[in-house]
Amino acid sequence: MSWALVFLLAAGAFAFKVLGLVIIGDRSLPAVLERCLGLIPAALIAAIVVQDTFGLGGQRLQIDARAAGVGTAVVLAWRKAPFILVIVAGAAVTAVVRAIA
Amino acid sequence: MTRAWRDPRLRPVVWASLTLGSAVGVFGFVFGVAAVSAGASVFQASAMSLLVFTGASQFSAIGVIAAGGSTASALGGALLLAARNGVYGLAMARRLPGSLGRRLIAAQLTIDESTAMSAAQPDLEAQRAAFWITGISVYVFWNLATVLGALVGSAINPSTFGLDAAFPAGFTAMLWPLLRDRRGRVAAAGGAVICVALIPFLPVGVPILCAALAVLIGVPR
Repeated sequence: MSWALVFLLAAGAFAFKVLGLVIIGDRSLPAVLERCLGLIPAALIAAIVVQDTFGLGGQRLQIDARAAGVGTAVVLAWRKAPFILVIVAGAAVTAVVRAIA
Repeated sequence: MTRAWRDPRLRPVVWASLTLGSAVGVFGFVFGVAAVSAGASVFQASAMSLLVFTGASQFSAIGVIAAGGSTASALGGALLLAARNGVYGLAMARRLPGSLGRRLIAAQLTIDESTAMSAAQPDLEAQRAAFWITGISVYVFWNLATVLGALVGSAINPSTFGLDAAFPAGFTAMLWPLLRDRRGRVAAAGGAVICVALIPFLPVGVPILCAALAVLIGVPR
């Protein structure tokens, strides 16, 4: 592996990270735009949940043990369970279902 | 920062960030092992985690190299995955005021975990604290674990312990408070549908970027 890859990837990744923070900065924006920006985490986090639950890398989708684990997490989050419990139960249910299957 | 650790309201955030950090640590370890077996030196693996600090991109780059791909193709795929941190930056800019230096440090910590934990908090002060606590926790765990994995690593498979589901489970918990109002529910449902609909057709990383378009659904009045 080349050092060029390390440094180019570092530069590119940092450029993305800085871009958003610097473009918006603390200037004031129209209220509609503000509300759109405020909704970004909801849209992206929901997307990450479905990708990590059903995605297989590449362009494949699959329903497997992870769905059982994340389903458990949904119920626990709905019941307002502590964060640690949601994570541990999500992983444990996935592991058990996978072991049985 | 020191105040944040003592503030009893933030105790759940501290515990949550340590839990998340531990899970991230397992994957940092796996990354260290994978990087070295793909031909990286310990210094290269470590430099990547310190400087790039965005897990999905790092795994993608190492995967391409391990499969014999070129630097250019490793870079392309990894950057597509890194692009969403720019979108997080747009959302986080408001919540992270301060000097340029402070912003540049905040930028390096702008990833899935810090953004999600921050967004889940009820008020601005807690949102700021949660961003820093989570960002620093994940950074420390990720980097220590990378070195450990690169130095002493032998392959472990996180899937055996269901740890591949730990992240979607954790993100579900962080997403929950955002679903309290209707706009949040619409954006989340839209993001999920867009992402799953596009996964079969687009390179990894792009469907999540496209999910950001869900904020435009019925542009919130």
